[in-house]
Amino acid sequence: MAEISVSGRLHRVAEGDRAPVSFRLDGREVTALAGDSVLTAALTNGRTLRVSEFGDGDRAGFCMMGACQDCWMWTEGGDRLRACTTPVADGMALSTIPVGEGLWPRPA
Amino acid sequence: MATSGMRAVVVGAGPAGMRAAQTLVAAGIRPVVIDEAGRSGGQIYRRPPEGFVRDAETLYGADAAKARDLHAMFDRLRDAIDYRPDTLAWNVAGDMLHVVTDGVADALPFDALILATGATDRLLPIAGWTRPGCYSLGGAQVALKAQGCAIGRRVLFLGTGPLLYLVAHQYRKAGVEVAAVLDTAPFAAQVRALPDLMVRPGFLLRGASFRAGLQAAGVTVANGVVPRAIEGGREVSGLRYRIGDKEHHVAADAVAMGFHLRSETQLADLAGCPFLFDAASGQWRPDADRDGRSPRAGVYLAGDGARVLGADAAEAGGRLAALAALADAGHAVDAGELAALRRRMAMLDRFRRGLATAFPWPADLARSVADDVILCRCENITAGQLRETASAKGAPELNRTKALSRIGMGRCQGRFCGSAAAEILADARGTPLAEVGRLRGQAPVKPLSMATAKGTRP
Repeated sequence: MAEISVSGRLHRVAEGDRAPVSFRLDGREVTALAGDSVLTAALTNGRTLRVSEFGDGDRAGFCMMGACQDCWMWTEGGDRLRACTTPVADGMALSTIPVGEGLWPRPA
Repeated sequence: MATSGMRAVVVGAGPAGMRAAQTLVAAGIRPVVIDEAGRSGGQIYRRPPEGFVRDAETLYGADAAKARDLHAMFDRLRDAIDYRPDTLAWNVAGDMLHVVTDGVADALPFDALILATGATDRLLPIAGWTRPGCYSLGGAQVALKAQGCAIGRRVLFLGTGPLLYLVAHQYRKAGVEVAAVLDTAPFAAQVRALPDLMVRPGFLLRGASFRAGLQAAGVTVANGVVPRAIEGGREVSGLRYRIGDKEHHVAADAVAMGFHLRSETQLADLAGCPFLFDAASGQWRPDADRDGRSPRAGVYLAGDGARVLGADAAEAGGRLAALAALADAGHAVDAGELAALRRRMAMLDRFRRGLATAFPWPADLARSVADDVILCRCENITAGQLRETASAKGAPELNRTKALSRIGMGRCQGRFCGSAAAEILADARGTPLAEVGRLRGQAPVKPLSMATAKGTRP
């Protein structure tokens, strides 16, 4: 597995004064802010959301408005959620790689 | 004829849907208002989540008063409508709209269905556009407006259309470094559009001030740009582009790209509305009269989902569509109000033509995309694979091409590859663009979980 960068892709330029929310991202305990989408929460703590199932690399969302479906993430429980339209919540456990062997084909 | 029993459903709570709902309520009707977002406003007047503190001036700039007015109006309607946020309208079958809220399905019978489904960015593929760090222009704006975030440290704006300059301006104002603003439209086109754009001098002036402000801040603003490749490894590192014969490079860690907008027309399609080809934009649009009345009885179209005319036209169009529905149900409609709204729409339509001249869809760029460039972001299908389907397999139009190549069959359902796919197919077959047709809308218009489809709670 690739080394995980700790610097985020998105960076906050406003609205920083909100309550913290704790969640797990690829096994790391990290923090976001109340009102963040899962996409914002994940990408202020990391660089990607998922790996393309079709072998063309990492993805980090695209349209941010629920139209492109390029930001689906996994939960540790094996569910999928659309990161740009799902609010982050305390205790969420998210994964950028598929959970459960054989659920999806994964590029080598 | 009494209309109080009329079952009206409005899809979308942007400026068009909100004004349609208001107009119906004023006539004594209690409409259902379906919105996929958790909060009303649509994209242009999108409201950040509860607890965010920036004021309307910061969020909406010169449109702050309009945004405040619309939000307050819709909040006052709350008890007079059946408002369903976080709800996806995913099919129209007969006179029934199918929706799902939080995994629970419902079917809503309607006498009048007003579709105010809005628009998304119109895209074309550029080598490297699937790299993390590359976002749609509208997406870059959503990140800033609704989440207080920038998509990168040094952001490049690429494409064409009024949104290109607006979002670049908003990023600069928020303190983000703007690497460059690169417009594929030639400057001469913008000069040529001036007579039409002059019908809205304030809007025109605002656009010019965004451009001047960026240039005064030392940002490169260029026209006639031919993008070559979004460069980088696992991350975006910059863009290679050409102007005339000269090659250029600009470094950036994020790209916001878009080529004006495309309408969300899937529900109109599923409802059985006929479509017309609009040569000026190279797009198909659902047929409707000047008030938004479609030839399909009981179905009305409003806002950017019917035709991309912008937020002010969406407000007028929402009112007109509701008035059309009311008139068709035998309700008395104020002739003066109708005439004033139609005049306003005619003026805004002239402005739309100006924008189409100033920021033309770069069809030639789409047609010249190299064979190895990914066209379908969903399933990693290249432009070359589409050309192969057109020539070797003889696909005559887009739906056959979809069946043979899977272009448009991925999870975005052709929203982001469809415009370029049509150009590439027409070019490969040597036929006019209109002859390759358009991708048909399919239900569900967005992915649903199997648990929902079975009508059970997951």
